[in-house]
Amino acid sequence: MVKDDSYRAVMDRRNEIMKRAIGMDYSSFEISPLSFDYEALMSSTGYSLEDCIRIQSDAGVGKTPLLELKNLTSVARLIAGGRKGARIFIKDEASNPSGSFKDRRAAISVHHAKKLGYSGVVAATSGNYGAAAASQAAMKNLKCIVLQECFDSRGIGQPEILEKQRKCEALGAEVIQLSVGPELFHTFLLTLEETGYFNASLYSSFGIAGIETLGYEIAEETRRRFGRYPEAVVVTHAGGGNLTGTARGLIKAGAAETKVIGASVDLTGLHMASDTDFNRKSFTTGHTGFGVPFATYPDRSDVPRSAARPLRYMDRYVTVRQGEVFYMTEALAQLEGLERGPAGNTSLAAAFALSLEMDKDEIIVVQETEYTGAGKHHLSQLSFARRNGIEISVGDPRTEVPGRSIVLPSSPGLIRPVEMDIMKLRKSLAGNLLSMRDIRTAGHEDIRFLMEETRLGRNEVIGILDGFGIIHP
Amino acid sequence: MKVQKGTWVRIHRIVLSPEERAENLPEDTARVPLESWTKGFLVEGSETGEAASILTLTGRSVSGTLVQVNPAYDHGFGEEYIPELLYIGRDLRILLGEESHGEG
Repeated sequence: MVKDDSYRAVMDRRNEIMKRAIGMDYSSFEISPLSFDYEALMSSTGYSLEDCIRIQSDAGVGKTPLLELKNLTSVARLIAGGRKGARIFIKDEASNPSGSFKDRRAAISVHHAKKLGYSGVVAATSGNYGAAAASQAAMKNLKCIVLQECFDSRGIGQPEILEKQRKCEALGAEVIQLSVGPELFHTFLLTLEETGYFNASLYSSFGIAGIETLGYEIAEETRRRFGRYPEAVVVTHAGGGNLTGTARGLIKAGAAETKVIGASVDLTGLHMASDTDFNRKSFTTGHTGFGVPFATYPDRSDVPRSAARPLRYMDRYVTVRQGEVFYMTEALAQLEGLERGPAGNTSLAAAFALSLEMDKDEIIVVQETEYTGAGKHHLSQLSFARRNGIEISVGDPRTEVPGRSIVLPSSPGLIRPVEMDIMKLRKSLAGNLLSMRDIRTAGHEDIRFLMEETRLGRNEVIGILDGFGIIHP
Repeated sequence: MKVQKGTWVRIHRIVLSPEERAENLPEDTARVPLESWTKGFLVEGSETGEAASILTLTGRSVSGTLVQVNPAYDHGFGEEYIPELLYIGRDLRILLGEESHGEG
């Protein structure tokens, strides 16, 4: 019989493809139609934090420098005046082998794939994770295939993604480039099925456990150098893994009081699956187009239950504008001698402004940088934007309209992150879990699960259940 | 022009035609096919624009239309410089200079 590779047929056999491709049976974590045992999923890797540190260390990953941004801190203090303006630090994750924190995730996934005897790994990503998977696979003599959403229907590619293609290929990977559309997942499943390779998912427990070392290193180093944990850690938020893993690592180090703040680029109004909007955005990740849907329904990823569950850990969520991030990217290079990003600087733009609210003796940490270069540079992105009819100007970034204009702030004091209504996101998450899983009745364990997922109180959770007409104890 | 067997090429193929695509796509995306591009070694001699089969780096066999021979990377730092960036470093340094005058 000929294998049916139609969209529907492939999606219908996704569970069996996934089971073989990740070597894990997710049904063992299920508690009820709604709830699953998240901590059991996380510990199912079989790797402790110490194991992850050792695996990464063997692969040249981690122990990156934590740099104090003294000049940017001085600028913040000049704007803030008085006793405000916290010390800003940045974790220079660009010094990992493939140039981003994604090496931490890939190190654990690829190590595990090797241990289980897979001959290769597959990753679906247009971002730095492809390069990370390629780099780690190269070190461990495994094959690697990366799938990227890369071109619009005119065949025009985002410069940042084109560069990531080059980087993946430079590190020995095979790249499958696709045009815009969520059916990348269909090709991803077919590729897993055809090759029998490991699904090096960004959202598996391996992918998230690998980031815990990042939060752990930040907490350990600030404690050692300054005798305290940072008051705040700002994380660029997209699919939720970066925030989840970092927060878990902070907690494991004892820094449970540190505020974890998510930051995304505001791309409101641009549709992520739209062919015409695709090249009208200057950020391919770390934006609200991923940040909001993945926070309010994490299980939309490429595994049955995502290990990235950001609302379990996020204390605040702010958005910044494209122009503000490009400004900070330029400022980081000019004032601190660090040419990095731009995508990784989303949290830097937020942290700079947030430091103004904090006291001088407090510490705010930007937990990643990423490598830069042709295509993956603010100059490439801005030039590409101008060619695509986006208006670029200098002024008040609050006037920026995603997809139509980019406004570089005329002075650093105009960088002002916008606070997201996190309570609304928490309620939306509860609602999505109930409706996406078609829940009609809920038990005690479901109430507990929703409280853990959303960090809402019991009464709020019960109010939501009542609102959905769900029978509960 | 004839392209020799074994040449490193890039091929293009339609993965899903518009009617085969997923439901619930935005209208502009639903109108166009899902396309894919892959690189590999040409299995038999062919010509640009003609049908071709390749063996990829991982040894997969893929068929499509030959679109490029020895495909190069042509992304750079943009086709024009963005002068709006120039003020950022200069202004920030002036700002920091004021600070040291103030404290000195």
